[in-house]
Amino acid sequence: MERFAALVDALTYTRSRNAKLELIAAYLRETPDPDRGWALAALTGGLSFPAVKGGTVRGLMMDRVDPVLFALSRDYVGDTAETASLLWPDPVTPPGPVPGVTEAVTSLAAMTRTSAQPELAGLMDRLDANGRYALLKLATGAMRLGISARLAKLAFAQAFAVSVDEVEEYWHGQAPPYAALFAWAAGGGPAPRSDHLPLFRPFMLAQALEDTVVDLDLFAAEWKWDGIRVEIVHVGGETRLYSRSGDDISGSFPEITGALPFDAVLDGELLVRGSHQGGEEGGAASFNALQQRLGRKLVSAKMLAEYPAFVRLYDVLIIAGEDLRALPWHERRERLEQTMALLDAERFDISPVIPAQSIAELTEIRARARDAAIEGVMLKRRDSAYVAGRRTGLWYKWKRDPLLADCVLMYAQRGSGKRSSFYSDFTFGAWDGDPDQGATLLPVGKAYFGFTDEELKWLDSYVRNHTVNRFGPVRETDHSLVLEVAFDAINASKRHKSGLAMRFPRIHRIRTDKPAEEADRIASLLALIVD
Amino acid sequence: MGLYVEPAQCWIDPSRPAELALITHGHADHARGGHARTIATPATLAIMVLRYQTEAGATPVNYGETLALAGGVSVTFAPAGHVLGSAQILLEYQGERVVVSGDYKRRADPTCAPFAVTACDVFITEATFGLPVFRHPPIEQEIARLLAARAAHPQRCVLVGAYALGKAQRLIAELRRAGYAEPIYLHGALEKMCQLYIEHGIALGPLRPATGASRAELAGQIILAPPGALNDRWARRLPEPITAMASGWMQIRQRARQRNIELPLVISDHADWAELTQTIAEVSPAETWITHGREEGLLRWCELHQRRAQALALLGYEDEDD
Repeated sequence: MERFAALVDALTYTRSRNAKLELIAAYLRETPDPDRGWALAALTGGLSFPAVKGGTVRGLMMDRVDPVLFALSRDYVGDTAETASLLWPDPVTPPGPVPGVTEAVTSLAAMTRTSAQPELAGLMDRLDANGRYALLKLATGAMRLGISARLAKLAFAQAFAVSVDEVEEYWHGQAPPYAALFAWAAGGGPAPRSDHLPLFRPFMLAQALEDTVVDLDLFAAEWKWDGIRVEIVHVGGETRLYSRSGDDISGSFPEITGALPFDAVLDGELLVRGSHQGGEEGGAASFNALQQRLGRKLVSAKMLAEYPAFVRLYDVLIIAGEDLRALPWHERRERLEQTMALLDAERFDISPVIPAQSIAELTEIRARARDAAIEGVMLKRRDSAYVAGRRTGLWYKWKRDPLLADCVLMYAQRGSGKRSSFYSDFTFGAWDGDPDQGATLLPVGKAYFGFTDEELKWLDSYVRNHTVNRFGPVRETDHSLVLEVAFDAINASKRHKSGLAMRFPRIHRIRTDKPAEEADRIASLLALIVD
Repeated sequence: MGLYVEPAQCWIDPSRPAELALITHGHADHARGGHARTIATPATLAIMVLRYQTEAGATPVNYGETLALAGGVSVTFAPAGHVLGSAQILLEYQGERVVVSGDYKRRADPTCAPFAVTACDVFITEATFGLPVFRHPPIEQEIARLLAARAAHPQRCVLVGAYALGKAQRLIAELRRAGYAEPIYLHGALEKMCQLYIEHGIALGPLRPATGASRAELAGQIILAPPGALNDRWARRLPEPITAMASGWMQIRQRARQRNIELPLVISDHADWAELTQTIAEVSPAETWITHGREEGLLRWCELHQRRAQALALLGYEDEDD
């Protein structure tokens, strides 16, 4: 537990992603089984101990500390577990050795509502303040260290010098403490197989096209639909829907999971029926409509009727137990087309191949894409196998050109890590009317990239020299600088005073040549909303 | 605005210019410039001269020395153990004794005289760390962590944020006590105060200015800077600094994270919870008045221990950088 507590502590104060990876990788290499497996599960939120709740910890403290002092301390510290770890008395002679992670996990798992308090107290007595903090965070399942599942997998791959794609593939069939996974990666054992389970298979991803020129004899073009990329898996009578990150979102989309009756792993875009993207015929609603359905645990009949979801299929990975991933794209495409006949047309359709003969023709078609409100075009090498991750030269995304707006810099905030001394997060606004008639600026977005290092230095010193107000880490500027902001789309938003939200905004150019009064107005930005 | 002593018509630690000011210690929120007359320890007066370039109307008073003020009030300064020159102020009037603690701590500090328990009827205590969550670890432990971080990263430097008066010098003195003999590099804002400590007989070992030193020279070194400079432009010249901060607030994780601190060092010149409560018990006054900090926590402790107490709401004392 000491080593784990030290890791939790170090992760708390480490901002750099690479440094976090190195810390976790070193821990995984140096810690024996099964401690490291339990720790990994704890870091990624994969453990749950129903008998231990926030209230258990509070109850534990009430027996030992004056409730008023506890409440004052809790208010000040802002975290119950941390407060408890600091308030807990260090016993003069600990009643036992420091418990290991495995012992802690085993006893937490065996606790009942009634035994939880005394047993937790017994563990606390054998730990120092950092150890108690790590234990309570582990017990209540709220590590809040910013360790995503993806980061943990990368750290795992880094620790044992194995491919992260393989880790992705095998991870999903395994449960903590991941004995088979460690045996494979650290001990050179056989790869854990999981063909019989409805598991997530890692996605093949596309690179941005940038300046690459492709030959349409070698590449097929498809529309880039603006929904969320999903994988739908049916094995052994069970169906699961997974998001890009491998999260199981089956529960939010019962109409989809109920519509795949045979063994298959399919890749596609989750969309809501509508006419916003691609017109009336076979169209889809905007991303906004899909958002109404995301993250819901319970789906009402009204939701299902108002926002009917479907999957526009891109690819087939496995069908009837046959793994097609090694086949070239055009063969998989053929198998996908054959499969369509077996699928409910209300819930599944196929992403059509754009019938362009040449890049010139495709360019023209793509230029019209904004009218159809489609994000852009995908280019897939016809002979490419389905390989996990983002591989050079196989798939490209060719996004339509961004939209641009001239906005006024309003606030700046310091960044973190390498940028911690720079004002690098910029909030910018547009005018709510005619600036000469007393209009004011309303914030319309926030961006922290798009500029070069040189431009960042310049912006940093601009902010420092034009500060009119400070609110903690935030500075308000004198609203004198125009920034040309690039973004992918504008959506209506009730949460923002301006009534709009920019998708994917970034600083495109610094417009020192333009006076602030000539920046864009809210009305002209609202006109860019397409739904 | 400070405490007003009515019969003597003088102020203690006033935040505005006063006719007569008694000053507990040299921190800027307690010692301000512009008073017509000032009574303080010689070291505190020297610090005020350094900060405000004026010593007009200054009356030095040594620890243990008693002065007669107007209205039959007599005043005695006793060590508070907070920073060099820091004092508790004992006021005696018509047989009643009031002690104003100023800021204090109870732990050994090689840079100042230790706190002297002074019997009194009314004890006016600070409460900066007046909650039971505050338990400052032994300073040796924190110094060892600092030295371990330095040793683990020979290509980087350790940049420690430390308040310019007191914390910086104590940190240096404790590093020396732990056997660290390398030069310690200083941000320009710390140099004069370190010099003042040296002139008062506190050995700090070799000190060098960080400004102007090359990246190569600073690799593997310990650099001290005021907290405000940690994440500012000044720090960009340093070789991949490990950002540390020496403060009692570093015990709270979010506090450290908010300030982008990688190596939080829990080192404080204030009393922690155990020291505060121990001090009240030892001084054992008839009544305890609690000023700036977490008054409610200490007030609650007094209530639980059947001690008469009340909170005085004094404005203007900061606790941000401890």
